[in-house]
Amino acid sequence: MAETLQIRSSDDVVRVRQRARAFAVEAGLTLVDQTKIVTAASELARNTLDYGGGGTVEIEALPAPQRGVRLTFADQGPGIADIEVALRDGYTTGHGLGLGLGGAKRLSSEFHIESWPGHGTRVRIARWR
Amino acid sequence: MATTERGALESVLAAHEQEVYQDWIGQLRADGAFTSGRISEGELTGECARFLHLLREAVANGGVDVSGPAFAPVRDLLADVSRARAVQGYSPRETATLVFSLKQPLFQALARHSEGRFDPFKASWDIGAMIDRLGLHTMEVFQSSREQLIRRQQEEISELSTPVIKLWQGVLALPLIGTLDSQRTQVVMENLLESIVQQGAEMAIIDITGVPTVDTLTAQHLLKTVAAARLMGADCIISGIRPQIAQTMVHLGVELSVVSKASLADAFALALAKQGRTVTKIRAPATGSAAV
Amino acid sequence: MDRIPILKLGKALLVTIQVDMHDRLATALEEDLTAKIVSVGARGVLIDISALEIVDSFIGRMLDNIAAVSRVLDARTVVVGMRPAVAITLVELGLSLTGVQTALDVERGIRLIGLSPFEPLSDSEDDDGDSGG
Repeated sequence: MAETLQIRSSDDVVRVRQRARAFAVEAGLTLVDQTKIVTAASELARNTLDYGGGGTVEIEALPAPQRGVRLTFADQGPGIADIEVALRDGYTTGHGLGLGLGGAKRLSSEFHIESWPGHGTRVRIARWR
Repeated sequence: MATTERGALESVLAAHEQEVYQDWIGQLRADGAFTSGRISEGELTGECARFLHLLREAVANGGVDVSGPAFAPVRDLLADVSRARAVQGYSPRETATLVFSLKQPLFQALARHSEGRFDPFKASWDIGAMIDRLGLHTMEVFQSSREQLIRRQQEEISELSTPVIKLWQGVLALPLIGTLDSQRTQVVMENLLESIVQQGAEMAIIDITGVPTVDTLTAQHLLKTVAAARLMGADCIISGIRPQIAQTMVHLGVELSVVSKASLADAFALALAKQGRTVTKIRAPATGSAAV
Repeated sequence: MDRIPILKLGKALLVTIQVDMHDRLATALEEDLTAKIVSVGARGVLIDISALEIVDSFIGRMLDNIAAVSRVLDARTVVVGMRPAVAITLVELGLSLTGVQTALDVERGIRLIGLSPFEPLSDSEDDDGDSGG
């Protein structure tokens, strides 16, 4: 089961939270785990909107036996030059608290990021039981 | 299985069920199934009789296709028996023996009553395979029941060792016992925080007298709990830090940026004080006062 | 666009957030609160988030901002009713919200601000020199 959503406005960020929550509930995650992955999704969705110039997210249910949810955010924005630095808390090029990436990583069971300066960024997170 | 072989088992069971039953009970008795003391003779023989009866009906309707719908009642009976045995602490061998010990009686009955009507070798092979599959099914249910039991026990142990106690109106205590691994700490944190909401408690005392070692990870978990409680509107006090733990923490460079007290009693007194409460002695009435 | 209502409780302002806010709504709330603190001369701001299932860094920043602004305007902000799952997640996220005071519920929040819940509704009518309110 999978779903792809456009991220073009702040309303879309709300929608991403709602759909991520639905998938998390379906996967049988505990309330705390649901909250963590939805919050992580919110952070990344906002990053996609604010820094990536908009993009998409694909939400998938992880297949049995490992029940969970996976989200892949993709944009064609300016990309991140130094991922190491970007993952550090407090780093921000905008007005944020700079917790988006590092925070999302801490809240997920799995976190992958790829970025091509000038071409775009792709972030994948997952949370399982 | 060709109709003749199916017919063979079917007719043998139909005509000689009692005989097979007696042989089977005899086999089980020889294996010591009746002397284990965990199940009464009546109960066990009852199970066998029921099983044989269901098996006969299943074979009549569905041959030896164990996974087919005709065998559903047989599978269900075996599953029930198996689950019960798993919970009662039977060994896997004892549970499986119940099914496998039926092979011999069936072969014998077949041999005795074949009268040349069918190929006994093929019939035995099919019966053997059928019993094997039934035995496997029994074992699978047994195994998963055991795993479920263990999981439930683990949860109970988790719960037991992390009770949240109400010391007074608005004051909770969490006496931690044992090592704080990641899994347990999650449970601990969530329990405490839920209790804070349910009890409307603004003070929580986390006592670590019973925690043997506090490493960096454990300290981090504690601090996260304290931070989360604060975000909710409650304050935490850590108590029961033993001298060795205090030293370890200093060496590790861990800073407990939260109020801590040596004993739970001190922490309780502090919690009460923060609430504007104090404990006073009841004064005995002066002697010589008028009788009431 | 809907805006989140702000209630006046004596010298305090109460905001109850019950929807999953999109960013514009959150920004509007910040603006509205700031304006109202000034217009009402509020001494305290209570933000009830007991209905919020998710608090991410954007909302966290909003709460921090409101607290900072109200401090400048001589008012105290208390965030009340944070859910356990949210608290756990915020800590993991690294949001400590140190500039924000917290309380378990609105009643305790009011006590924290130091205001009686029964402040007169309006003290501008009491103009005869009494030192009331």
